[in-house]
Amino acid sequence: MLELITSKLEDAANWGRKFSLFSYPFVTACCGMEFMSVAAPKYDIARFGAEFPRFSPRQSDLLMIVGTITEKQGPALRRVWEQMAEPKWVIAFGVCASTGGFYQNYHAMPGADQVVPVDVYIPGCPPRPEQVLDALIMLQDRVQRGDGHSQIRLKREKIMLAAANAEE
Amino acid sequence: MADLKTLVLGKKDIADLDTETEMPHELMTVNMGPSHPAMHGTVRIVLTVDGERIVKGDVQPGYLHRCFEKEAEHATYTQIFPYTDRLNYVSPMINNCGYAMAVEKLLGITDRIPRRAEFIRVIVSEISRITDHMTCVGASAMELGAFGPFLFLLKAREWLYTLLEEVSGARLTHSYVRVGGVGKDLPAGWLPKLAARLTETEAALAEAEQMLNLNKIFRDRMAGVGAISREDAIAWGQTGPVGRAAGIDYDVRKDHPYSVYPEFEFDVPLGTTGDCLDRYLVRVEEIKQSMRILRQAMAALPDGPVMIDDGHVALPPKAEAYNTIEGMIRHFKHIVDGIKVPAGEAYTFVEGGNGELGFFIVGDGTGRPYKCYVRSPSFVHLSTAEKIFKNHLIADIVPIFGMINMIGGECDK
Amino acid sequence: MAQKVVDAVKAKFGDAVVATSSEHGDEVITVKRDKLLAIATFLKDDPAMSFEVPVFVTTIDLAHWQPLGRRGAPDEGTRPAYDADASDGLRFEVCYQLRSLKHRHRIRVKVQVKETDTKVPSLTPLWPGFNWQERETFDMYGIRFDGHPDLRRIYLYDEFVGYPLRKDYPKDKRQPLVRRPDLVGDH
Repeated sequence: MLELITSKLEDAANWGRKFSLFSYPFVTACCGMEFMSVAAPKYDIARFGAEFPRFSPRQSDLLMIVGTITEKQGPALRRVWEQMAEPKWVIAFGVCASTGGFYQNYHAMPGADQVVPVDVYIPGCPPRPEQVLDALIMLQDRVQRGDGHSQIRLKREKIMLAAANAEE
Repeated sequence: MADLKTLVLGKKDIADLDTETEMPHELMTVNMGPSHPAMHGTVRIVLTVDGERIVKGDVQPGYLHRCFEKEAEHATYTQIFPYTDRLNYVSPMINNCGYAMAVEKLLGITDRIPRRAEFIRVIVSEISRITDHMTCVGASAMELGAFGPFLFLLKAREWLYTLLEEVSGARLTHSYVRVGGVGKDLPAGWLPKLAARLTETEAALAEAEQMLNLNKIFRDRMAGVGAISREDAIAWGQTGPVGRAAGIDYDVRKDHPYSVYPEFEFDVPLGTTGDCLDRYLVRVEEIKQSMRILRQAMAALPDGPVMIDDGHVALPPKAEAYNTIEGMIRHFKHIVDGIKVPAGEAYTFVEGGNGELGFFIVGDGTGRPYKCYVRSPSFVHLSTAEKIFKNHLIADIVPIFGMINMIGGECDK
Repeated sequence: MAQKVVDAVKAKFGDAVVATSSEHGDEVITVKRDKLLAIATFLKDDPAMSFEVPVFVTTIDLAHWQPLGRRGAPDEGTRPAYDADASDGLRFEVCYQLRSLKHRHRIRVKVQVKETDTKVPSLTPLWPGFNWQERETFDMYGIRFDGHPDLRRIYLYDEFVGYPLRKDYPKDKRQPLVRRPDLVGDH
């Protein structure tokens, strides 16, 4: 019975989370232009409950990696991600952030997932605004199901903690 | 018990506090970036500040170094176009044209480019320049707290993106220009659409301009901030809107004319003080001049082919490539080996969104460049930032940065 | 276009000019390294030259230079193929592009340096705009500019070993600073 209540509570919390994603735009490159378009009147990401970019990682739970990540940038990205509040989600915006794209060289990182776990990848160079909105909806489904990277990790940590307590 | 004021303030009378003009000061180091909301792109600034005043600003670029040169050395001449798109990603068409002109110079075919192709290049370049300046002005205004103009300008930019998408197939990274011409002709009925959109863009610009020019906060934060003298601007190599705001009468389109620019009438706006307000005004005026060029180019657009008639440079027509063995072999060799460019070196420069955008290409007779250097205006302008920052307040970094218009892809290559 | 500049430099400095050429409308003069500063000062200060605008600095690494002609045969017309022994090891060509606002002419000044001794006098004291450009060239090619006020890496990070735009640096040799701890050893 208790389990049922907690799982329902979790569902309700996830429902709330998915419509109030506070994004931190980690804008590095060309995709930033399309990111502007997504936020601008024609496409208007506000309709999907992710309208409010927070410019501090500590206040946001959605990291948008917009553009190429380089080796020099890696530590900064990792740090931003570590500062974000749990549970947190990551969208790799554009093919550079997903795999490195056609930049396969000594300084471009082959995908932001070398440094932080990514939940949704958006292909395209740069992706069209419609794709971004689609990705946001996919992420919302994922948040509702509770299988984002950080949600799974939190669950696992909870179970391990419970097991450790039971052993004692 | 002692007097309360003496106890807490250390002074008997509250007015005595004003006599202490000398604040105890100690230099402090503040790190800004690399991911900072008020910056286009990523750049790190290590500031040494005395209170709010900047004593020294160490600007560190390179967070978007995507190795354009190394990639270019490993790609055929045609494959480099997508990389040039992503240099200055706010005005990709101008990069395309500049690069194509450099290769054409090496090939020695500069005079043989069809006139229609030259006109189309001018048209798409000027549209790109408008989007570039609009993004710069809109984003800078937003960073100073004026969100309205940003929305107006982005709305207009969206119209222009749609037009360029009809031409090239991509909203942002067009790769439309080719060595020897342009990829394909303008779609049917495109010019009237452009004319209509230009009128609407003009109206949107006028609205945004009014919102900014009449905005006292915006004016106060721009005027007198980040000024640079003409002599310094020359010695530091400034060009483009930033250089013209400082009074350098230099526009590549006028001083070293290329393509069909000598046939158009347009003015080069000049600033007097070289501060951020002048940079903003120069950009706004340049948008209007670009529209003037566009109207003339649309009226004078000649008919004819859009690609050079030269088997060494142009791809064979599709019908030939699919139906004859010679055509197919030529097509294959062209794609796999690239255009054979004779050995030598050439430097061409065009008026980019931010200034003199140059390509220095060394060919070694193969289909890939031996070296492909790009002289990026953003990089040069950003190097002057350290000088400009001095003795400004921390908050002034935002308008200065916005108006220098550092574009990560171009600055870091 | 700028032929009179080349002639003036030749007349004034004579032996210091190693070679001159004109490529696609650009005059190029190759000068001796120890005379670069004197020639640059002349180009900047002489009223007939007045090259007041610094345009760019870059370097050509000749290590793999093997020019081909139209039919794929070695090209005899241009600079010969690089051979470390025959060319005295002059592997790098540092190029300075200058422009004059007053006379509207431009020129490219080149200096050749050996792989083992990549020192070049810095022109930053003359044109402050060359500051970052020289740093970039140092970062990418390892050219050491003597007298540069602040010669350190600009695009890459201090931990980076080697100079990536040299021809012998592999294109995709990465030197990571950070990787996900949960992925290390995974693949």
